[in-house]
Amino acid sequence: MNGLLQQDVNQETFTLNLGPQHPATHGVLRVKLVMDGEYIVEAEPVLGYIHRMHEKMGENRTWVKFLPNCGRMDYLSALSYNHGYVAAVERAAGIEVPERAEYLRVITVELNRISSHLLWFGAFVLDLGGFTPLLYAFDDREFILDLLESVTGSRLTYCYFRFGGVYNDIDDAFIAGTREFIKKQRKRMPMYDALVTKNIILIKRLKEIGPISKDMAIRYGATGPVARGSGINYDVRKNEPYSVYPEFDFDVPVYEEGDSMARYMVRMDEIEQSMRIIEQALDKLPEGDIKPKKAVKLVKPEKGDYYHAVEAARGSFGVRLVSDGTNTAYRLKLRSPTYSNLSLYGEATKGMLLPDALALMGSLDLVIPEIDR
Amino acid sequence: MLLAKIKEALSSLYEDIQETQEAPAADDAAAVEAEATVVEAAAEEETAAIDTAPVAADAAEEAQAKETAPEQEDAEPEEAEEPQAPPGPKETDYKAKGYHLDVDLPPEKIPEAAEILLRENFFIESITGVDWIDEQQLEAVYDFNHFDELCRVVIRTRTDRDNPAIPTISHIYQGANWHERETHDFFGIKFTGHPNLEPLLLPEDADFHPLLKDFKA
Repeated sequence: MNGLLQQDVNQETFTLNLGPQHPATHGVLRVKLVMDGEYIVEAEPVLGYIHRMHEKMGENRTWVKFLPNCGRMDYLSALSYNHGYVAAVERAAGIEVPERAEYLRVITVELNRISSHLLWFGAFVLDLGGFTPLLYAFDDREFILDLLESVTGSRLTYCYFRFGGVYNDIDDAFIAGTREFIKKQRKRMPMYDALVTKNIILIKRLKEIGPISKDMAIRYGATGPVARGSGINYDVRKNEPYSVYPEFDFDVPVYEEGDSMARYMVRMDEIEQSMRIIEQALDKLPEGDIKPKKAVKLVKPEKGDYYHAVEAARGSFGVRLVSDGTNTAYRLKLRSPTYSNLSLYGEATKGMLLPDALALMGSLDLVIPEIDR
Repeated sequence: MLLAKIKEALSSLYEDIQETQEAPAADDAAAVEAEATVVEAAAEEETAAIDTAPVAADAAEEAQAKETAPEQEDAEPEEAEEPQAPPGPKETDYKAKGYHLDVDLPPEKIPEAAEILLRENFFIESITGVDWIDEQQLEAVYDFNHFDELCRVVIRTRTDRDNPAIPTISHIYQGANWHERETHDFFGIKFTGHPNLEPLLLPEDADFHPLLKDFKA
């Protein structure tokens, strides 16, 4: 009898609701946790708190009118979403893009990627209890936001790309400012390395914790830094080259460990790689038009379905569109990377301590509006 | 390399489809000769379909189909010599379309296709639907890709709009769990065998499917 009672006590679990309003979930994500003491028995993310049905909006407005929506999904790397959408429509409608416009796209997208990674870096370390790096990261990020504001007109929800080009050309002040930013940022990175990356507390919180295997990435379709932290050398910019990326020399950081630390390292290394791309793009920047000579007024892709993927800051963002030959999409599917990356959370957190699971969640770099769409 | 390999592997799924649905496989020259037998075959096929329709695609049914298949093959020997028959994985123009292989399958073949893709280490990109209201059909589209070599495979299947049902692949690709729930949210396609087909992005009491073309807010 005593033994039985003992067993029951050990099997006692309770349900814990994390979110939807919780600082660690970075937005309105709720995780239903079944806990055995401090250990997670089951974790089930509950989505949809800011679902806006962007895909339906795509069906009831013209191709052009959907452009501003692209800046409102992943608000931290909005330009990648701009890029994915315009590239998909350009493929479908056979629109040519001048080379200079492609260069401008790459430069701004990479700047946006750095700003996204910087914000993630600050917020992630904040999740783990370190407040200071957030302030440094926001300081750096501010520089990029100013640069991007000068050329795109907005600081966060960019709508800069157009079918066949971009909306605005860059000027000398932007080029000088970008070069200055890179110079400044290169000096900052060793400080982050010493202050955060080599910090023993951070290492203890991340190393060998939150493992995601290669096999899991395949079964769940994880991409981006999450996949690259699990030893998968997959980057859409390299594996499925688009735009003018083949013209630049850059590396794809890959770490084999699959733990939270590996995902941290991938993003930190990517900042440097993005800066390399921007530098080369500024050096090689060709003169010329930034939009087609004859303005693209009526977009009517031929009947059929088309797919185009780009590497957003969080992984592979894909646009699958079905056209019925009119100026409105028949179907517009947005494949967002964090949706797939988060779907493995339940399996990855089994038997994990709650604080470690929060570190794992931070290392996935979630942006909820992009998951809920 | 990978493309040829996966194309061949997926072609195997069509073997018993071709045996039961011979009509579209006949080429121009053979078409005239075959016409008479095709009508017979079609009649046979219809009765076969009625026999097996109410039963879900289980092993017994497949075995049955395989049993009846050789007889039909004997009736039309030309079919066996045609590996490039119209139903089958189609290579597409990647530059224009953005994917390499287009595979149109009946719903009950989807799990088998997923197993083949998983064996070759393809990862799942997404699952989605398209409402073809004019044809009274719902289409489910599965996107797969490979980490090592670029090879985008699109699996598609169509189901009746009134009672849309497709077997789940969430036990093969666990990531499909959410994608199928989302597709059920938006289109009402029932993924049979899915462990938890509750609304994911829509409210938990949602009984509407917003991406259906006749949806009125």
